[in-house]
Amino acid sequence: MENNTQIQSKVRRIKEQIFLIAVFLCAVIAVIPLFSVIGYVFVKGIGAIDFNFFTQLPAPVGETGGGMGNAVVGTFILVVLSCLLGLPIGIFGGIWLAQFGGGKRGFMIRYAADVLSSIPSIVIGIFAYVLIVTTMKRFSAIAGGFALGIIMIPTVTRTTEEMIKMIPRSLYEAGLALGIPEWRVTLSIVFRTAWNGVFTGIMLSVSRIMGETAPLLFTAFNSMYWNFSIDQPMSSMTVQIYNYAISPFAEWHAKAWAGSLTLVALVLGITLLVRKFSKRVRYG
Amino acid sequence: MDKLKIKTEKLNAWFYDKQVLFDIDMNVYENKVTAIIGPSGCGKSTFIRNFNRMHETVPGAKADGKIILDGKDIFNKKYDAVDLRRDVGMVFQKPTPFPTMTVYDNVAAGIKLYSRNSHSKLDEIVERSLRQAALWDEVRDVLNQPGMSLSGGQQQRLCIARALAIQPKVILLDEPCSALDPISTAKIEELIHELKKDYTIVMVTHNMQQAARVADYTAFFLLGEMVEFDITTKIFTNPSDKRTEDYITGRFG
Repeated sequence: MENNTQIQSKVRRIKEQIFLIAVFLCAVIAVIPLFSVIGYVFVKGIGAIDFNFFTQLPAPVGETGGGMGNAVVGTFILVVLSCLLGLPIGIFGGIWLAQFGGGKRGFMIRYAADVLSSIPSIVIGIFAYVLIVTTMKRFSAIAGGFALGIIMIPTVTRTTEEMIKMIPRSLYEAGLALGIPEWRVTLSIVFRTAWNGVFTGIMLSVSRIMGETAPLLFTAFNSMYWNFSIDQPMSSMTVQIYNYAISPFAEWHAKAWAGSLTLVALVLGITLLVRKFSKRVRYG
Repeated sequence: MDKLKIKTEKLNAWFYDKQVLFDIDMNVYENKVTAIIGPSGCGKSTFIRNFNRMHETVPGAKADGKIILDGKDIFNKKYDAVDLRRDVGMVFQKPTPFPTMTVYDNVAAGIKLYSRNSHSKLDEIVERSLRQAALWDEVRDVLNQPGMSLSGGQQQRLCIARALAIQPKVILLDEPCSALDPISTAKIEELIHELKKDYTIVMVTHNMQQAARVADYTAFFLLGEMVEFDITTKIFTNPSDKRTEDYITGRFG
């Protein structure tokens, strides 16, 4: 009898060990792609990155040197444009959902935002193409910013809503009880208190749209020149990487790697900074 | 004879279909402290949350009847809730300093966020309010620190200062000491004694000793009805209703 239970407990411990090892291995496998991508991009890209890479225009085929300075600037302009569209709508939409979105209309808008965030980005690109590119009869940064802005709206809306909902109602009541008008309480007290969290959401959303390629292919298109007018085609890092990567030239391949490294560094940098600075605030 | 400040007539209140207050007729007298006591859930908080129409901001909440403040019915459509709350200030159970604001800005919030006009006398008002709330000496050197950095008792006095800064006529205190230690509680009770010289005070408390110590008038609420209302000493020494007597002698609640 005793012998029997000893064996049983030994078997149980072995099973336990196997389970733990299996779980650990899966966890390791899960992070391998992340580190191998970052490592590979770094090794391949670091060689082609120099000062000129960020300041010069792409060089024609056959010539050495050149960079993608225009694409780096273009990406920033596109991000600013998309923020102009995505932030006001997203933030005010989120405030509305949190404060007044308890009913049926709130449910529908929340549902719509969730559906919108799951629509493939290329479909949103086509939408921007039909709406803006065919109307203006040319590719433009406006069209690209519009597509990216739409992609931002649902994430910004929902994070704003969630962050505002974390603010206790007592703060809202305390504001109202001072005879402060409701809109002012909502903006200057409730939203202001939720701002740190909302900002985190905005930055994560920005780092996501920075990496979008598909919706830009037929909206902002691309440009080999410096361009600061938003009604003209504009270069972006992602599209430039794509064009370089599918080309047959080794020179350009190296540039694609360098561009990828820059993009990964930017996105990773934003994510890490945001995580560092978005420490939880206590609300009392 | 004390001067009438607020009079409620047949005040009823509901949350959705559940009625929580039944035909309350009560008087509040000027420059006096009126305490409302009763067991949890008896409707005493809901009652005073009607005085500044905070009750109606809660989904599903409604009320009818009359509350006459200085001769005007506050439920009248012409009486804007924002204006009402400038006249009737409120301090809540838990201290609620605004987390993003400094001590100074917390006190100034009711003025700064109300109108755009330049507030030349703001410094003066902030100092006066903090002095009235017996907090000035403790915070005069930390006015630019976050309001949340103060202790719990100081935070509650900060909230009182914040309510005083807009110079209301009436101050509602909703269990203002229930989250505080005995020393902070004593300070606030002392403060209430001082404040009634300038303000009319209505306070909810579930601490009967506190009502006996600070209130001139006391109302006893039970299950949404006002059982008895009288001068505090009368309520605690010679109540006319059996239920009041049972409650204050600790037989229930």
